[in-house]
Amino acid sequence: MVETGNVPIDLVTVETATVLQGCDAGILERLDYSKIAPRDKFIQGSALDCGVGLDAYGDILAYDPTVLKEAPTSVLDLFDTTKFPGKRAMRKFPAQNLEWALMADGVAPADVYKVLATPEGVVRAFKKLDTIKKDIVWWDAGAQPAQLLASKEVVMTTAWNGRIQNAIDTDKKPFKIVWNNQILEYDMISIPKGARNTELAYKYLAYISEPKNNAKLASYITYGPVRTDAASFVAPDALPKLPNAPDHLKGAYLVADTEFWGDYGEDLVKRFNAWLAQ
Amino acid sequence: MSALQPSELDRPTLARDRSAADTDLKSVSAALRRAEFGDRMRSLLLAAPLLILLVLSFGIPIVLLLSRAVYDPTIADALPKTAQALGNWNGQGVPGDDAFAALAADLKENQAKGTAYELAKSLNARLPGARSQVLKTVRKLESADGPAALDAVKSVPFWSAPSTWPAIRSGTRSLTSFYLLSALDLRWNADGGIEQVPPEQAIFIQVFLRTFFVAASVTLATLILGFPLAYLIANVPKGLAAILIVAVLLPFWTSILVRTAAWTVLLQKFGLVNDFLLLIGVTSDRVDLMYSRIGLIIAMTHIQLPFTLLPIYSVMRTIPASQMKAAYSLGARPFTAFRRVYIPQVFPGVMAGCMLTFILCLGYYITPALIGGASDQLISNFIANYVNVELNWEMAAALSFILLVFTLALFGIFARVLGLDRLKLV
Repeated sequence: MVETGNVPIDLVTVETATVLQGCDAGILERLDYSKIAPRDKFIQGSALDCGVGLDAYGDILAYDPTVLKEAPTSVLDLFDTTKFPGKRAMRKFPAQNLEWALMADGVAPADVYKVLATPEGVVRAFKKLDTIKKDIVWWDAGAQPAQLLASKEVVMTTAWNGRIQNAIDTDKKPFKIVWNNQILEYDMISIPKGARNTELAYKYLAYISEPKNNAKLASYITYGPVRTDAASFVAPDALPKLPNAPDHLKGAYLVADTEFWGDYGEDLVKRFNAWLAQ
Repeated sequence: MSALQPSELDRPTLARDRSAADTDLKSVSAALRRAEFGDRMRSLLLAAPLLILLVLSFGIPIVLLLSRAVYDPTIADALPKTAQALGNWNGQGVPGDDAFAALAADLKENQAKGTAYELAKSLNARLPGARSQVLKTVRKLESADGPAALDAVKSVPFWSAPSTWPAIRSGTRSLTSFYLLSALDLRWNADGGIEQVPPEQAIFIQVFLRTFFVAASVTLATLILGFPLAYLIANVPKGLAAILIVAVLLPFWTSILVRTAAWTVLLQKFGLVNDFLLLIGVTSDRVDLMYSRIGLIIAMTHIQLPFTLLPIYSVMRTIPASQMKAAYSLGARPFTAFRRVYIPQVFPGVMAGCMLTFILCLGYYITPALIGGASDQLISNFIANYVNVELNWEMAAALSFILLVFTLALFGIFARVLGLDRLKLV
């Protein structure tokens, strides 16, 4: 699109690692934050050179208490097949799974990316994943975890918190979310290079980045604001369901290191696919 | 006639006569050839639209795509100066400063043209980790010229690593065996020999074997199910046969995606198949049929059954029942008559049906994607992943090429053993 010089869109939502890669590849506009909002008002890591944070979402563990008699207390219970036998669903992607594998293997959250940047760390993470490989059902699309839980195909699943909350609130499913050891990520929004209405795009980015507007999204799907000063604007009934609600940050949690995934993502994806196929 | 006269029955005359006859014969056969040629041209003309369509929409795209498996000029186009500087490098260790300077100049050029990312991606396919290193170097070069540019490149340790320059040099050759070797889990080692890739990176041989195993299992299953059914349809009264044929064909007319989705409903943990197995007490617990090899083979067998059954049925229909009776009347026991009279006649149909199913199974994509688990993905799933997700068309082309060669080889063996003229497809 950018290469052909015909850019029919002015804004695009992207994952953080993709923002970094797109920035390097020169297909995303470097943002002028003076036209958006003060950069220091964003949660760290959610205001990037080529993309501004839209919301914060959590990679969490979900289960059905009518199926699991004992409640898991941490996402890392994925790796405990003696206490929680049965199939578990995980995203068919190395990010998050490798982090959880290392943490389940005893690496402190603060050291996860340091360890994962070494070849031995990668081997260690895959070894840990090996221990539950035969019990994993892989999901690709965000709607699948709730389906897999509902059809009782799996006893627990990793998921994006909003999808599970949606199944609980709208479809009245009895699912429960485990926040301990969640991984926090941000949805980003970028301007592709060569967009025709850059100024309008900036106006939109400025609008959604206003604290009260940034907080509004939480009323529609339970993803949290990325501005540090937006919490007071969040609707009271939505607040306790957000991944970055104070209660959910009391336990262990990890903020996804997007720079790490921008650098190592491609190789780890390849390695992961080879591991999957073996 | 003069030839009959005894005086002229000597050798020279005979020879002269024979040559005259030869000339006649030659002109006749030439005329015949001309007529045949005209006929052939006319039929070729009639078939021309189809042939042109086939060449344009089938032949050329396949050749173009497959050529990407061995022809990849991205790096050569991006690093012309470096390629030249590497011309007199002995291939040991790290080349001299002239290569670094050429690389700096090339990288700056790429940055100006906006092709740095293409280069980074292409080099990354050969040398994992290269993507971010190339881009990092390009960023450093933004504010460096002349000797500073040389230092900027040298300050990135990646360019002094022993594995970097051989990969660059092999990349600057547009004609490459890299992708075809990768498709067979092989690679060039530092000494210029071919070696196997480390076990944690080896996938494709295993996936090829898996693809052939699944295809063979499905073929066998369709044969075991299809042969008796085809026999039944061929030997019941016409009305009943018509109903049975429709029963076979009805699912055949349904989209393969719909049939696959239907199997996911049936095979899931709390699906009908598991309910039934529990009810009749075959299993004591719910079994995992979804995301498993067995579920995949069940679904593929169902989808492929008509392809095996129909050629067998079409051959069986032509065998008169009286032949078996004749065999009995000559004293053959039922099994002997079946083996020596029936089987040889239906054999071409059986082989045609099995080959059809086997070759179609080699290309299965959607059913393994939806029903198979991570370790049940077939080679097509990998080709699709390289085309759609990783945008590495060279690798996709190489895998396709290997699959095509294997398939053609099997077809060749089959044609050799049975003879193509005996094939009876319908």
